[in-house]
Amino acid sequence: MQTSDVTYDHGKGDDLLANDLPSKGAGQSRWQGIAFAALLLAAPSFAGDFWLSVFMMPWLILSLAGIGLNITTGYAGLLSIGAGGFMAVGAYGMYAFAVHGGIENFLVILLLGGLATAIVGFLVGIPSTRIGGFYVIVTTLAAQFFLVWLFGDVPWFYNYSPVPTIALPPTVQLFGLNLTNDPIVSYYFVVVTVIALTWVAKNLVESPIGRNWIAVRDMNIAAQVIGIKVNSSKILAFAIGGFYLGIAGALWAFLFLQNGSPEGFGLDKSFQVLFLIIIGGMGTIRGNFIGAAFVLLLPIVITAASSWIFGNSEFQGLLSNTDNVIFGALIVLILIKEPEGFDKLIRNLSTKIQR
Amino acid sequence: MSTFLETLISGVLTGMMYSLVAISFILIFRASGVFNYAQGAMMLFSTLFFVTMLGEGAPFIVALLIAIITSVLLAVAVERVVLRPMANSSAVTLFMATLGVSYVVNGLAQGILGTETQGLDLGIEDTPIFVGGVLVSRFDLWAAGFSLCVVILLALFFSRTRLGISVRAVADDTAAAQSVGINLSRIWQVSWALSAVVGLFAGMIWGASQGVSFSLEFLILKALPVLIIGGFTSIEGAIVAGILVGGGEALAETYLSPYIGGGLGSWFAYVLAVAFLLIRPTGLFGDAAIERV
Repeated sequence: MQTSDVTYDHGKGDDLLANDLPSKGAGQSRWQGIAFAALLLAAPSFAGDFWLSVFMMPWLILSLAGIGLNITTGYAGLLSIGAGGFMAVGAYGMYAFAVHGGIENFLVILLLGGLATAIVGFLVGIPSTRIGGFYVIVTTLAAQFFLVWLFGDVPWFYNYSPVPTIALPPTVQLFGLNLTNDPIVSYYFVVVTVIALTWVAKNLVESPIGRNWIAVRDMNIAAQVIGIKVNSSKILAFAIGGFYLGIAGALWAFLFLQNGSPEGFGLDKSFQVLFLIIIGGMGTIRGNFIGAAFVLLLPIVITAASSWIFGNSEFQGLLSNTDNVIFGALIVLILIKEPEGFDKLIRNLSTKIQR
Repeated sequence: MSTFLETLISGVLTGMMYSLVAISFILIFRASGVFNYAQGAMMLFSTLFFVTMLGEGAPFIVALLIAIITSVLLAVAVERVVLRPMANSSAVTLFMATLGVSYVVNGLAQGILGTETQGLDLGIEDTPIFVGGVLVSRFDLWAAGFSLCVVILLALFFSRTRLGISVRAVADDTAAAQSVGINLSRIWQVSWALSAVVGLFAGMIWGASQGVSFSLEFLILKALPVLIIGGFTSIEGAIVAGILVGGGEALAETYLSPYIGGGLGSWFAYVLAVAFLLIRPTGLFGDAAIERV
């Protein structure tokens, strides 16, 4: 790999330098955050149940998954293609605590599912201490394939039912509230969870821990020289990213879809979460919400637009693939023109307006 | 014993096909440091194009020539339009860009050429034959022999031709190669073109045994552990690792499945690769990665 210095430069993530320092925008971003949270909490008063459960819920949950992957990949620079697998650990872990552990408090088993995923993230992160950011693709892919196989083929994980699909037993409640039946209640649960975890993540990435991740990402050896514990930083990024992905996976399975299956957490899910952080912005928190909205809305817009243009003609085959083509082209375009994603575009725009 | 040998041999012969796919990656990676995830989609596109032409009644040779030209044009275009503007980006960013390319090429391939599985008949009978008391598939033997020919041709190209030696020079030390007047962008184009042709051959062999379909794209996921085990830059490594992965996978599928359930094939190679990463991160024959501050 000696080709590196002249041509394609390995290892130096100059192109991914994100908004590393909060600097002058810090106060402003806090007000933005509070306004955003207030808007989310007020949403049920102007949006119908349908919108809440069909768009708002998956959007918020995917954003949370994006934050998890962004911690590992965007901040610590460890490219993970195992997001789907980690989300599956959250869902199947939570299910195991409910069914085999007999715990009936939704919040408790959700957190336990998240912790289980953090432990899996820790284990998957161990090889990354010996290899560079790029080779991590393989360890995370290994985890992805192994985990999906595990939850689909080992009957203990789906409680010996004939199919590996899981749904929470009705006895699981949150202080007497049944979360899975009432869209308003489950929406509020998701909103509060996402706001709280986003706030934690925002503070985490601006704390010394987050600074260390960025240092490790941008220049591994230099980070080591100035005394950052590179290996524990990497493993921590996997564990915390895993926790977020696990929570997101459990919410996705039990509150959005009402059930979980191994196929739902396959490689496609991993790519979806990866794409949303590329589109939204690697190494940002706000970008996850933009990217998640994008990956959810784009297919709907494309389908609507193309059926309006083509009608239901013989282009149907072409139509079903338009999503993929546009997504792929968008990814390439963003990486060439603006590697920091839509978040950077918005930041540029707001600086222009302020001037 | 003969079951063991038959499993092993059929696994090893399948492994040769993994090697061929892995080699098509190595050709690009050695010269330009790009891990081209879109290789699978490009293989799918050119193989599907080839089969469609055959289906429309084109003569074999004509279809083959057109498929080769198309695949080369596609590869050179991807290099020129996507990877060239991104030179000097990190390996991770380049990888993500090729991920985007794979979605585009895959969508176009299936949108234009259709999503049904198509058969490909290369005129080789798939009848089992006995070799020393062991049953071996004739097709697998042909496929392995063909892979071997491709590898020998590549080895000759790299050791005997001026162009091949230039490619090696670039892989070895890009700055030095440039300073003696080797045209870097031409070398990149040659590498991408070669890789496309090797990919097309791999796709044809795989398509002839399994049918040409969407699943062809996932061959890259099989090639990835082969690359890790063999080392990202070594063609010899890819061959040895392909055999190792193919043989190991077949044996594990036969002898471990009764104990821990089926479907091992989806992750066995990866667990093997992770084990290798822990013991020998550069792979069997790979260059030691040098990190610079």
